[in-house]
Amino acid sequence: MLKILNTNHSQLTTHMFEEVATTTEGDLVINVGPQHPSTHGVLHLLITLSGETIKNVEPHLGYIHRSIEKMCESLSYRQFIYVTSRMDYLSSHINNHGCALCVEKGLQIEITPRARVIRVLMDELTRLASHQLWWGAMAMDVGALTPFFHAFREREAINDIMEETCGARLTMNYIVPGGVMFDLHPNFQNRVKEFIRFFKTKIDEYDDLVTGNIIFQSRMKRVGYLSKEDAISYGCTGPTARASGVSCDIRKLYPYEVYGNLKFDEIIETGGDCFSRYLVRMQEMRQSLSIIEQLIDNIPDGEFQTKTKAVLKLPKGEFYSRVETARGEFGVYIISEGGTTPYRIKFRSPGFSNLSALNHMAKGHKIGDLVAIMGTLDLVIPDIDR
Amino acid sequence: MQELKSKLSELLPSVIYEEGTEWLTVVADPAAWKGFARQLRFTPDLDFDFLFCVTGVDWKTHLSIVYHLTSTTQRHTIVVKSKLDRNNPEIETVSDIWRTAEFHEREAYDLFGIKFTHHPDLRRLFMTEEWKGWPLRKDYEDPVNMIKL
Repeated sequence: MLKILNTNHSQLTTHMFEEVATTTEGDLVINVGPQHPSTHGVLHLLITLSGETIKNVEPHLGYIHRSIEKMCESLSYRQFIYVTSRMDYLSSHINNHGCALCVEKGLQIEITPRARVIRVLMDELTRLASHQLWWGAMAMDVGALTPFFHAFREREAINDIMEETCGARLTMNYIVPGGVMFDLHPNFQNRVKEFIRFFKTKIDEYDDLVTGNIIFQSRMKRVGYLSKEDAISYGCTGPTARASGVSCDIRKLYPYEVYGNLKFDEIIETGGDCFSRYLVRMQEMRQSLSIIEQLIDNIPDGEFQTKTKAVLKLPKGEFYSRVETARGEFGVYIISEGGTTPYRIKFRSPGFSNLSALNHMAKGHKIGDLVAIMGTLDLVIPDIDR
Repeated sequence: MQELKSKLSELLPSVIYEEGTEWLTVVADPAAWKGFARQLRFTPDLDFDFLFCVTGVDWKTHLSIVYHLTSTTQRHTIVVKSKLDRNNPEIETVSDIWRTAEFHEREAYDLFGIKFTHHPDLRRLFMTEEWKGWPLRKDYEDPVNMIKL
């Protein structure tokens, strides 16, 4: 085994050799990724195995690190929104939303009621689309190929709705400081209602197809346990933490926009294993549907954007805003020196912290379970690498 | 915020506060940070168990590091800042108190060159091992991989 590791490959850097030296005789060190279908992106894991049992998982990051934070230092407050869509591309609306909230906090502007509702509608549609994709990919990871096509069929309907209003299907750049970019497309309400009717039957089908499946359950139950204390200590947020019993939904704890007036539940499971994380996301889809239903007939009339200056200047100071993406808490921290560009901007991405718990969760499991654990973390790599 | 401030002043009278911020902001000396962090985490009345953001900042004359902490039981938030020497930035790690700090500190080391003493595994995170320089510092120039516009 050690022979393979001693090859003088340019990618193997010095510390890899040191790690190998610390493993005991007969251990196997393998690479998963950076190009492996189950990592959903360019995540590289260095796994130490004793037989089939995982002893250590070490993520190697940076394959798509673009230094977005540095880029933003030379972009104006209107421009930097576009870069953030490219981080967590499955929650692009919500990323834009977090940034817009932070800039609005700095400028102390109020946005119109119409814009607030549109933003929340878009956020929840994005969350649905993201969870749908996760559900399909999750089932595919553990060996069921069909659900992937089901999930993409339903997600396509949301993408079409988005395309009509935002002009984009993935990187939306729709939510901007001061409101939203354009008004809703005239078809929007009807198409969303149609989608809700359609998806309500489909989500039951999801449960019939996968949730109750005994093979699926045995792959998920008692795998990748994360206790409540560890979830907090590792800084986990979103469904990952809520499956361990941590109440951390930003929409409930620090309501923004109209979330304070809506009726929805924060889904909390206490199992802490892969199946609990699965259940949390499945129930969150139903909650998102309920939020959309509450709002779709109650979109206030009025302007979709408040008048702002052409060039935005934030006063000297620090501004932090947090929103709940499909993966957890997304934080935007802007330090301004009073100019037209941020002096320093930091994105607190949910995937980054969730990933740090992976080693802890995977230790002692078989290598086949690692794929299930990674699947339930719902990692989006650009969100981690930034 | 006032409530937290009075709790904190009772416990640690020497703490310096920063005014005009959204959350209670405290300035800590790098040498005293580890002890302060332990008190924040393990005093039952404070119970800051959730470290959600670690940010390095380059102020050209010095570096600073910002910790955002919150408590999942008491639901209060505090921001701790520490001023570091630009030529030799060093601060004690808190990865044994909050496990999430292990990754966040590696990120700050990678992008700012801040050394976290006693960190279990302080290596580059995004950059390759042989990368020269600290990308998020203000004087960093990279003619090949252009990130400034």
